Amino acid sequence: MALLDVQNLCISFGGLRAVDDFEIHIKKGQLYGLIGPNGAGKTTVFNLLTGVYKPNEGIIRLDGVDITGKKTIEINKAGIARTFQNIRLFKGMTVLDNVKAGLHNHYKYSSMAGIFRLPAYYRVEKEMNERSMELLQVFDLEEEASHLASNLPYGKQRKLEIARALATSPKLLLLDEPAAGMNPNETKELMETIALIRDKFDMTILLIEHDMKLVSGICEELSVLNFGRILAQGETAAVLHDPQVITAYLGE
Amino acid sequence: MFMKKINKTTRYNMITYAIVVIAYAIVMLLGAAGHISSLMEGLLVPLCIYVILAVSLNLVVGILGELSLGHAGFMCVGAFAGSFFSMCTKEAVPGGLRFLLALIIGAAAAALFGILIGIPVLRLKGDYLAIVTLAFGEIIKNLMNVLYIGRDEAGFHFSMKDTLALGLSPEGKAIINGPQGITGTPHDSNFTIGVLLILLTLFIILNLIHSRDGRAIMAIRDNRIAAESIGINVTTYKLMAFTLSASIAGIAGVLYAHNLSTLTALPKNFGYNMSIMILVFVVLGGIGNIRGSVISAVVLTLLPELLRGLSDYRMLIYAVVLIVMMLFNWSPKAVELRERYSLKRLFHLTTKE
Repeated sequence: MALLDVQNLCISFGGLRAVDDFEIHIKKGQLYGLIGPNGAGKTTVFNLLTGVYKPNEGIIRLDGVDITGKKTIEINKAGIARTFQNIRLFKGMTVLDNVKAGLHNHYKYSSMAGIFRLPAYYRVEKEMNERSMELLQVFDLEEEASHLASNLPYGKQRKLEIARALATSPKLLLLDEPAAGMNPNETKELMETIALIRDKFDMTILLIEHDMKLVSGICEELSVLNFGRILAQGETAAVLHDPQVITAYLGE
Repeated sequence: MFMKKINKTTRYNMITYAIVVIAYAIVMLLGAAGHISSLMEGLLVPLCIYVILAVSLNLVVGILGELSLGHAGFMCVGAFAGSFFSMCTKEAVPGGLRFLLALIIGAAAAALFGILIGIPVLRLKGDYLAIVTLAFGEIIKNLMNVLYIGRDEAGFHFSMKDTLALGLSPEGKAIINGPQGITGTPHDSNFTIGVLLILLTLFIILNLIHSRDGRAIMAIRDNRIAAESIGINVTTYKLMAFTLSASIAGIAGVLYAHNLSTLTALPKNFGYNMSIMILVFVVLGGIGNIRGSVISAVVLTLLPELLRGLSDYRMLIYAVVLIVMMLFNWSPKAVELRERYSLKRLFHLTTKE
């Protein structure tokens, strides 16, 4: 059974059908790409999947559970974490605290324990620190743990955002243009990181990307969106050679 | 790596507590030596009140990142609730315990108002939130001005009209007397209690900030959408910060009420001027900087008194100091300069050479 099962997803803003009859089936452990020209509705799909928008029609199932129309928080708890196209870090907080914020729902102690520094506080904080440092190590960020997130270079901010999303222990990770603004070297490094995440955390990943090298390099399957509708869907190589897709990107 | 970080925050907190304790010791020594004028002595408890208010407002403005202009309103609720309790139990409960209970009741009443006002108001953001909290602060103050509560053998009597409408028996007594407020609150506040309450406030707020809840609150401040996406319940934590801040303002109110024999809700003490003044302490001390709030509240309260000798020019100089402090705190050039010549760096250089 598919991990993410989306059928007939539609949303309109006013008269505009931003996403129309979208469907996708992602198997566990798959690395799936969502591509399309600017304004095709890719980020809108992410916003629908994570509950930022409520769909007008359609069903979203994660691991067999219907999560259609639920709130962002509940969807995160159900197991979808995401990153954003324009990085959204907690800039006034340290790198470590950013990841620890991601652990919020997995390591708990009461407010009283926090304020009065009861033993639970020290025990859980220690576990949180250890877990966060593990995650930061995967992304080679442990040196910067005590830096402010806003002081990180761009590429590392992207990585930190992924680390924070992983901290919520998701079943499915959504990456919105992870390579945006990166140079070819950084992109290559990112490809390796993404592949590493999949293997190490046994993660299923859905990513939006414009960088064709990255997409063809790591994605097993692709969906192509154009004007809110699915243009092509299937194995990466086949989709990228589809004449319709080439037309959508390059014109007639 | 992270051990070092934990030590850093603990050290920061310890230094903040130490500053308060040392300031307290100095004042006590000066007082014992007779170097404190009666005017200054009268200023000591208000000083504590302002520090508590500034620190608690910083939780909302600096840590939660929302502008609230109704802080004096919560102080007002705390003051009246605490004072009312003390008046009712004046004969029944001994001084110390009574004041402790008054503090708890004042804090609880202010927290209740914090929740009631917070639920509708925290849906707003930025300027809108500021305006609505300002309005609620004024509403609370004006409500206190038309509230009459009296007590006789039959129990409590409420009215929103006047004392006669209470219908008290001849032995009965009006406790809250509309615009005349509460008269005869026992004088339970003193400087030592004030300083203890400052320490308690600092303890609660500093520990909260460096805990799971504090991280959630700061995450909401820095990016609400991202905070939601990692499963942080925005409404709950906003309300939590707002309510905690309100209840601590309530404690400051109780302290205020028990420092005066007559408690009335005037624009001067519970109006928006007061709220703005607390906000000035927070902004000049550094938004989100708890220690800064303590220092700026102390400096800006003492300053007008110290400048009394300059008579007419007093407020002029006060205004200039405000502007200079603001520039020193916030302008990029000043920040750069401060970093270059900071004490920490100077020490660092001297140890190296």
